[in-house]
Amino acid sequence: MALEALAKKLAAERAQVQKKVKVCMGTGCMGGGAEEIFRAFQEEVERQGLEAKVVPVGCQGFCQGGPIVSVEPYQFFLNKVSVFDVPKIVDIALRRGGELPQHFYRDPETGMVCRRKKDMPFYRYQTRIAMKDLGEINPMDIEDYIAVGGYLALAKALTEMHPEEVIEEVKKSGLRGRGGAGFPTGRKWEGARRAPGEKKYVICNGDEGDPGAFMDRSIMEGNPHSVLEGMLICAYAIGSDEGYIYVRAEYPLAVKRLELAIEQAKERGLLGERILGTNFNFDLHVKKGAGAFICGESTTLMISIEGKRPAPRVTPPRSVEQGLWGMPTCLNNVETFANIPAIILNGGDWYAQYGTEGSKGTKAFCITGKTRNTGLIEVPMGMTLKEVVFKVGGGVMGEGKFKAVQTGGPSGGCIPDAYIDASVDFESLTRLGSMMGSGGMVVVDDRTCMVDFARFFLSFTQRESCGKCPPCRIGTYEMLQILDRIVAGKGEEGDIERLEAIGRMVKKTSLCGLGQSAPNPVLSTIKYFRAEYEAHIRQKHCPAGACTSLGNYVIDEDCVLCGLCQQSCPYGAVLEERDRFYIENTLCQKCGTCIAVCPTGCIRVEPGVKEEAV
Amino acid sequence: MTSIEARAREITARYRGKEGVLVHILEDLQEEFGYLPEEALAVVAAERGLSLAEIYGVASFYARFYFTPRGKNIIRVCTGTACHVRGASRVLAKLEEGLGLKCGETSPDLKYTLETVSCVGCCALAPVVVVNERTQQVLDPGKVLSVLKKE
Repeated sequence: MALEALAKKLAAERAQVQKKVKVCMGTGCMGGGAEEIFRAFQEEVERQGLEAKVVPVGCQGFCQGGPIVSVEPYQFFLNKVSVFDVPKIVDIALRRGGELPQHFYRDPETGMVCRRKKDMPFYRYQTRIAMKDLGEINPMDIEDYIAVGGYLALAKALTEMHPEEVIEEVKKSGLRGRGGAGFPTGRKWEGARRAPGEKKYVICNGDEGDPGAFMDRSIMEGNPHSVLEGMLICAYAIGSDEGYIYVRAEYPLAVKRLELAIEQAKERGLLGERILGTNFNFDLHVKKGAGAFICGESTTLMISIEGKRPAPRVTPPRSVEQGLWGMPTCLNNVETFANIPAIILNGGDWYAQYGTEGSKGTKAFCITGKTRNTGLIEVPMGMTLKEVVFKVGGGVMGEGKFKAVQTGGPSGGCIPDAYIDASVDFESLTRLGSMMGSGGMVVVDDRTCMVDFARFFLSFTQRESCGKCPPCRIGTYEMLQILDRIVAGKGEEGDIERLEAIGRMVKKTSLCGLGQSAPNPVLSTIKYFRAEYEAHIRQKHCPAGACTSLGNYVIDEDCVLCGLCQQSCPYGAVLEERDRFYIENTLCQKCGTCIAVCPTGCIRVEPGVKEEAV
Repeated sequence: MTSIEARAREITARYRGKEGVLVHILEDLQEEFGYLPEEALAVVAAERGLSLAEIYGVASFYARFYFTPRGKNIIRVCTGTACHVRGASRVLAKLEEGLGLKCGETSPDLKYTLETVSCVGCCALAPVVVVNERTQQVLDPGKVLSVLKKE
């Protein structure tokens, strides 16, 4: 059957099933017990004798509310579901269409109860292209994807378009690489097509070693076929017959679902020989990474696939000319590929209507840290940071005050409150000393010490430096030593200037993107939060009260001896004498629990260096 | 021939004639033994025509290869950005104290291994601890030792 007719038939079949429960099976929700909930729904639906389908779906992004369940046809979006809620949900929501206010999201600003996804501020401001079908379809069933128009773009490209036309369309869309560097995708494909060579490769970079970013994982888990389809179209455009998906081994579920998707696509004749009855052949392998951040760098990734000790190489020659095993190779990120089917189906101009002059389309971000809504979002480029953090992210959680947002993963930079109105696109983030990176976005509040925060990122990049080039290997090590000292209360005058000098040098002289961007967190925090560094060095004081070696917790005279601090201290650092409580600073980890529970607010932080336990 | 050598030989033989599969062989070996025993690596070296140093060069580069036996229960504290901001270092400190192990160590009775992981992508639940394959939310450092009791 032709693909289009099949899609219609499958869509009609699916429209017939009236009642449906969709259970989110992303890693986040599964951490909250989504598997048990899924099984419980199956049993309960059967027990109550209902005609309803229970469908596993991919991540819908609202991980804060997980585990998440939606009930069709009412479009109810239920948060924080547990196994014990299942009989009630089946009986009330699924059977009678009744509402379950206790599971609906309530907007903390307005108090409005949101029954449906589209009522929620979190979803209202998003525009979804790459993640359109996430949470809607069963990622383990190729028919679900075909029913929503999957693989139609491939069919269109293969039967109606010349490879050059495909590339032209991608160029027109203005799509830039979503892995972070932002190289125009169409130009990369064109380069790969023009490169001479019998054998060419397509590689999908699903390494995603960034801490705090999981959009690629969610796409691979939630809609693996969209990645496959994007890769197939790319292969057709550049004239390749073999490809790899490189996934980090920490994502076992993504590996499993991709392998399943490949198997299903092969059965359907969408992968392998003579795809869709044309002369186009394409074979695809999944390659598991083994836990090295540097393997996300494109030249390193290829060396890793070749089975050698990975380290980046000097470019040129660029990968599109000499990549995997010396052959022309087109390497793109998961999100880039996931955008391709929509671009081919709707045209490049349609895609280019979203975004800004230099950055077209939408971008997926993972918004995490101290925000009310943590999760996966996709917004048009050019939205302001403020809109992203406060409208989609829901603002800062708890009592804290917004301090900064860190974008671009461990090698991005921190953007302070003053620049919160900046637009989110490739150019504007770079101008502010940060970058798009893979799209991690971490919001921090006034309880986060920026020196410690910078040190955290640097310790990550330092550890993950492959060690091939000295500026990165030695430079990041030296910087980390200085930061360690400052955080421990042993900072000296001139340390800030030293950090700046080394940082600039590392940026300028490193071989690959890791080193070139590793100093960003340090340089940007010095630029925007210099006073905090100075307080650490001169007053031996951590203004945020976060550095465990700096400052001592003290209980004032206002203490009413209620003992709450002692009960709540996880470290047993609140000790008592006959007529008072006091904090033993050799035990105190400065977690702030005591300050949070103290009813009279009499616990404060005094500047000073922590005494070492004897 | 020891049993380790025999198994290593079988595993290596699966990849005979294939290029660029060293990492795969190492992964399979680790799945079999739980770590990479030197005897097994010697088999790989002989089979693939590589020196032991070359194999160590590749294996030691990646965080997921181990050269010593590991515990029955693997406790991995996520130290990703979101977890860090929400207090992962304190969770780790508490676990180190509770288990009497330093990060990266295995208890002498091979019951627990304690280590960190850069990010498991469950930032909404931060801070999280992964015990074996199960990702668990840690509400505060005081409760962290209770996640072990569930296993």
